[in-house]
Amino acid sequence: MTDAPTTIEDAILRIETLSKDFGPVRAVDGVSLDIRRNEFFALLGPSGCGKSTLLRMLAGFEMPSSGRILLEGKDISSLKPERRPLNLMFQSYALFPHMSVVRNIAYGLEMERLPRAEVRARVDEIMAVTDLTGFADRKPEQLSGGQKQRVALARALVKRPKVLLLDEPLGALDKKLRERMQLELKRLQHDVGITFIIVTHDQEEALVMADRMAILKDGQLLQCGSPEDVYESPTDRFVANFIGVMNFIEGGIGADGHFTAEGMRLPVPGIAAGPTALAIRPEDVAIDHGGGHGIAGRITDMAYHGLDRVLHVAIDACETPLQVRVPARIEAGHAIGEPIRLSIAPDRCKFFPA
Amino acid sequence: MSFQATRPNLLAAPAIAWLLAFMVAPCLLILGYAFFERGTWGGVVYTFTLENFERVFDPLYARIFLNSARIAATVTLLAILIAYPAAYAISRAPKSRQPLLLFFAVLPFWSNYLIRTYAWIVLLNREGLINNVLRWGGYEGEPLSMLYSEGAVITGLVYNYLPFVILAIYSSLSRLDMSLIEASRDLGAGPIRTFLRVTLPLTLPGVAAGGVFVFVLSIGNFVTPALLGGGRFQMIGNLVYDQFLTANDWPFGAALGMILIAIMIVLLTLQARATNRAAGTVREAER
Repeated sequence: MTDAPTTIEDAILRIETLSKDFGPVRAVDGVSLDIRRNEFFALLGPSGCGKSTLLRMLAGFEMPSSGRILLEGKDISSLKPERRPLNLMFQSYALFPHMSVVRNIAYGLEMERLPRAEVRARVDEIMAVTDLTGFADRKPEQLSGGQKQRVALARALVKRPKVLLLDEPLGALDKKLRERMQLELKRLQHDVGITFIIVTHDQEEALVMADRMAILKDGQLLQCGSPEDVYESPTDRFVANFIGVMNFIEGGIGADGHFTAEGMRLPVPGIAAGPTALAIRPEDVAIDHGGGHGIAGRITDMAYHGLDRVLHVAIDACETPLQVRVPARIEAGHAIGEPIRLSIAPDRCKFFPA
Repeated sequence: MSFQATRPNLLAAPAIAWLLAFMVAPCLLILGYAFFERGTWGGVVYTFTLENFERVFDPLYARIFLNSARIAATVTLLAILIAYPAAYAISRAPKSRQPLLLFFAVLPFWSNYLIRTYAWIVLLNREGLINNVLRWGGYEGEPLSMLYSEGAVITGLVYNYLPFVILAIYSSLSRLDMSLIEASRDLGAGPIRTFLRVTLPLTLPGVAAGGVFVFVLSIGNFVTPALLGGGRFQMIGNLVYDQFLTANDWPFGAALGMILIAIMIVLLTLQARATNRAAGTVREAER
């Protein structure tokens, strides 16, 4: 359920019904997107969703089967990679192993046949920005993963591209470094004022870094919006499940405007009747301490996260236990096997026709 | 020595014994011969002398050495120039088709060396295929005499050793990380500059391996110069052959042979060093 392509006035990059077929396989299927100037944009999806193919079409390594790519209004769809004012930071970094750090970074400027002094100045500048001063004469094999990543970034940024494409830029780093680099990348993007388009399969990474994000599946664009939009108002069941944690309860909406499943009944005015899945985030489920009208369940598992406690609660209405995220200090003293009652705020629920 | 280290050595024992008996021992024998005086009817007289090595630098023989080196260098250059585009094309073909293409590239190698070389006589001689085709096409002058020339020898050697060079360069190219090529294009280099600055430098180890191989085999070759050079035309290989089988001067033949082996060892060492230095960067590229 793709939204009508939202047109943005000052879009730097416009993707128009772009498709790519590999033989019988349609890797990208009619994707339309507008990317704003100076935006940090994330293409998110599971592996095989077409996000990398889309990025490779933007870089010029794959020719679209149909559709257009407009950069500042100019059609660049058929330009060779070396003619596009976009640069790609490769997932493998693709540093030239026979060149030192400084030669790697200068490579792109030398290809522009810039005067030696200007190359030197711009390379020095970007090496300072990316914290690489002092590594100039090292070979890539003498660098750590994080340093290689910064060289790859510097090598692309030094060209001052109109758009920087990043293919899973943090995928090869360990968790600690990855979290630091997420913020680092965001700061850098802000400082250099270049539009970033990042491809990732890590929804958390996209939520943390992106101004806006697009979720793809099977080559199709499912939803595009700010991380908050996408998290709070998923328009698609796949998106709801893919971003963050989501509980699904299969049931039905009757003519009386109530969602019913085994052991629960919830008023949901204004939603079409029929078999429906109710979706609710763990933090929107609460423990019902009074009344006794809540949904009856039993705690099957508990996980303590410091700030929160996540309870897994088996209820009659669904096979997989519901995840309930509660403040750890307030909801203390629960035990596995304990019967419990849950309350769900109807206005926090999303409904997806089954 | 641990059990783990011992067993591989034992497994290699037959090969090592074979090398010792049929490679190291004969080489030492020849090395020894080179320092004695010649016997009248072949063999050696066991009187120590350095005269054989002095003769190697006699202008007459030195010229043959230089000539052989020049021919071997030409053969190497031509073989690399022909093999590189072929290897490149194979490495860029669909993965499933590459084994078949390699098979075709190496196919001539599976036929007998002599037969392959004789085939060039059939092609090149004055009544041969090429001249017949020319006459058939309306050419009325003297038939071209292509056989028994330096050109014929070079052609024969290039033809015979081409498969090795294709294989060596192909193995370098097929290990080259394609994202490096893409990175170069992305950074603004067209196909030619990408080739010169990325592809070629990173595949030089393969070029060096193939090149040294062809050079070493060509400079010591005696079958091809004998057949396609028609005996008018001498390379070191022929000279060594003559010393042992015609001139009955085994020690001088041995000295010439030792110089050839020395050239080979120097070149292989240089190549191994270049490859080792490149190995770090190749490993890096594969990561």
